[in-house]
Amino acid sequence: MLNKTSFAVTRRMALLGATALLTLPRTALAQTGPVEGGRLVLIARPEPATLGLGLNLQAPTIYVGGKIFESLLTYTTDLEPMPSLAKSWSISDDGLTYRFELQQNATWHDGTPFTSADVVFTADDMMRSSHPRWKLLAETYVERIEADGDFAVTFTLREPFSAFIYAFELSSLPIMARHVYEGTDYRTNPANNAPIGTGPFKFVSWNRGQSIELERYEDYWDDSAAHLERVTFLVIPDAASRETAFEQQMVDVLRPGDVEGFVARRLSETDDVVMTTMGEEFYAPHAFIQMNLRKPPFDNLKIRQAVMHAVDRDFISNNIWFGMAAPATGPVSSRTAFYEPDVTPYPFDIEKAQSLVAESGLSGDDLKVTLTPLPYGQQWDRTAEYIAQQLTQAGLDVSIKGVDVSGWAQALSTWEFDLALNYTYQYAHPALGVARHYLSSNIIQGTPAANNEGYSNPEADRLFAEAANSVDPEETQRLYSEVQKLLVDDVALGWIFEMRSPTIYRDTVNEVVTSAIGAMDTMKATWKAA
Amino acid sequence: MTYRIFLTRLGNGLLVLIGVAIMNFTLVHMAPGDPAMIFAGEAGGGDETYVEQLREDMGLDKPLVTQFAIYAGDLLRGDLGYSFRNQRDVAGMIAERIPATLLLTMTAFGIALIIGVVFGMLGGWFRNTLLDRGLMIVTLVLYATPLFWLAMMFVLLFSVRLGWFPPFGMQSVLVPDAPLERMLDVGRHLVLPAFSLGLFYAATYARLMRASVINVSNADFVKTARAKGVPGGRILRVHVLRNAILPVFSLASVQIGQLIGGAVLTETVFAWPGIGRLMFDAILQRDYPVILGVFLTTALLVILVNIATDLLYRIVDPRIETGAGS
Repeated sequence: MLNKTSFAVTRRMALLGATALLTLPRTALAQTGPVEGGRLVLIARPEPATLGLGLNLQAPTIYVGGKIFESLLTYTTDLEPMPSLAKSWSISDDGLTYRFELQQNATWHDGTPFTSADVVFTADDMMRSSHPRWKLLAETYVERIEADGDFAVTFTLREPFSAFIYAFELSSLPIMARHVYEGTDYRTNPANNAPIGTGPFKFVSWNRGQSIELERYEDYWDDSAAHLERVTFLVIPDAASRETAFEQQMVDVLRPGDVEGFVARRLSETDDVVMTTMGEEFYAPHAFIQMNLRKPPFDNLKIRQAVMHAVDRDFISNNIWFGMAAPATGPVSSRTAFYEPDVTPYPFDIEKAQSLVAESGLSGDDLKVTLTPLPYGQQWDRTAEYIAQQLTQAGLDVSIKGVDVSGWAQALSTWEFDLALNYTYQYAHPALGVARHYLSSNIIQGTPAANNEGYSNPEADRLFAEAANSVDPEETQRLYSEVQKLLVDDVALGWIFEMRSPTIYRDTVNEVVTSAIGAMDTMKATWKAA
Repeated sequence: MTYRIFLTRLGNGLLVLIGVAIMNFTLVHMAPGDPAMIFAGEAGGGDETYVEQLREDMGLDKPLVTQFAIYAGDLLRGDLGYSFRNQRDVAGMIAERIPATLLLTMTAFGIALIIGVVFGMLGGWFRNTLLDRGLMIVTLVLYATPLFWLAMMFVLLFSVRLGWFPPFGMQSVLVPDAPLERMLDVGRHLVLPAFSLGLFYAATYARLMRASVINVSNADFVKTARAKGVPGGRILRVHVLRNAILPVFSLASVQIGQLIGGAVLTETVFAWPGIGRLMFDAILQRDYPVILGVFLTTALLVILVNIATDLLYRIVDPRIETGAGS
């Protein structure tokens, strides 16, 4: 829901914002106020290939680069925009003009002043060629991007696009230095391995295979922030070793996925350890079974319904993901805007699943399918095994086809699969992270993040398009509710669970999760008790 | 004579290297999944034109034969290629990782040889005693234990429980400034990975050495020495050991390649920054230039070590040099 008034952010407002964040887990120590200095040790997993944010969008690149770079905005855990490199912003009533007033005392880590020219260069030039998500967005919706003096930028859209305010998060549009990148080959610029950002921490060294070292940027524009003296990322490739490192107190924070869920639960029960599942509301990872709708048996609605009835989503959430997941009801996560709870339910009922398979009229080889698991660790393996077992009980003949990440991506991208496990980031708005999986215009080969199942429904296309263009929140909600009901009735995908991935940290560390992107954010407010 | 043999070996090595390069290239490109697609997928989307652009940047849009011709041409100029994913020269990436791998594998190799030879010698010399049985049980257990499990048990015991050695990494987060302290720091980090990798191979050498010692002990020249009243210790040192060690030596020269392979696991468990891990990451990400570069470098290392051991063998066993061997 867009706020069409102008935000002038003052120190008082920032304090109010901080108060709103009191709902987030924090320790008793937090009340004593930030301690300056200290070294925070984190884990880079796997080691980032590069720190050129916007050119590489792997999670570790964003995790490390997120401390060095900033975007125009960040977002509260309620998905309200918060200032970052933009200190205030306004949206015109027709939803076509977005104006950002920039911080006036921000500088790049080499001392060069940050200005609107950097924003225009990043958004209109660099990211248009190197950032697949921004490129698509810019080509579809953005008419022009203009600087107004040194410290204001205006984005003018071709048509209203209500999700546009969510396009200014760190991984969606990291602001890069014009003087560093202009006129160079972005992909091979040496700054990708020794980055220069505007963030609270500046790059010091990268000991390949071992660690990445950052230090506080003394001239950081927000002089009430950047408390830590050093931030170190250790490269620890093995999950058991990461667990040991945390237990041995060599590491302060584990981001989601650093350890398996069952380890996370055990660690969280240790004294002096804090665990939170907040801080991923922006991405809201949503897991589903992808069914290839182009051929039997999944071109048959009854079979797809049978899949939904055969899989006990509560069981998966509680017993395989150890409570670090919540059953999903449809395509939109309950944690993002425009979620519609009132859709056709598919309660766990194996007998119903069996009878649906019988009613489908399919038999023999038509029911023979392979399941391609997501090769992201033991919990995904167990999930795949459970689903295969349930579907076999329902009457399908399922075999698991194990592959590595590359093989998985290839199977989905080339549509050579029957069933596959997958999850998606929702990017705070259905138009950014949800629609792409269902739009018939997005039935494209070459990426596992498109409409790989081949779902095509003109009505869904129309509803998604109208909702994206709507500037009236009520109308938008109505359209998104309608499309969610439609997709659930069609069982376009088999939604299984919303991930609730934990961030785990020692209780001496404070303000780890302060926004909807959690530990991925700048950590400029984070401090460590002496 | 030796000079000519050396040149022949070098020539053979070069042929093997060319074969390895061709085979690697073919196998790597046969694996499902291509780098552009993975890159695009990780980027959270991307349309066809983006993937095509990536593919073009990486040179993957050309026919396989053309790609190989370019690769071979680059190799001839000593260029191992460029990793788009890492935006760096492959040669540079490998060069900065090789010392760590060599330090780990050579230390492990030393540990394997020393422990293997000592255990085998003791077992063979005192055969069928309690000591022999005990040593052979230990080596059997070590041989049967999966490498990664042994490594994890080491971490659990010596790092988590006893706190003697660091569980991972090659150096501390706060690297000491003084050179000596820095060396000691690396040394402490080296103990667990080197032993877990070394002990596995030590087991093979111990069993081979034991059999060889028993075999040589029964030889006529040993019996003669005994009959002449030469002291036991001298017989073991002069007559038995030098002859019994030869099979271990040949096996070790073959196994050094496997040792580098085994380092992939050890380097992963212990977060050791060597080429084994570089290779593992590169395979997962289908970073072709890096995979090919690491494979080729490993092959080159193995070939060089084999040539070196071949020549050393001639020094240790003069019968080969003179053609007097059986």
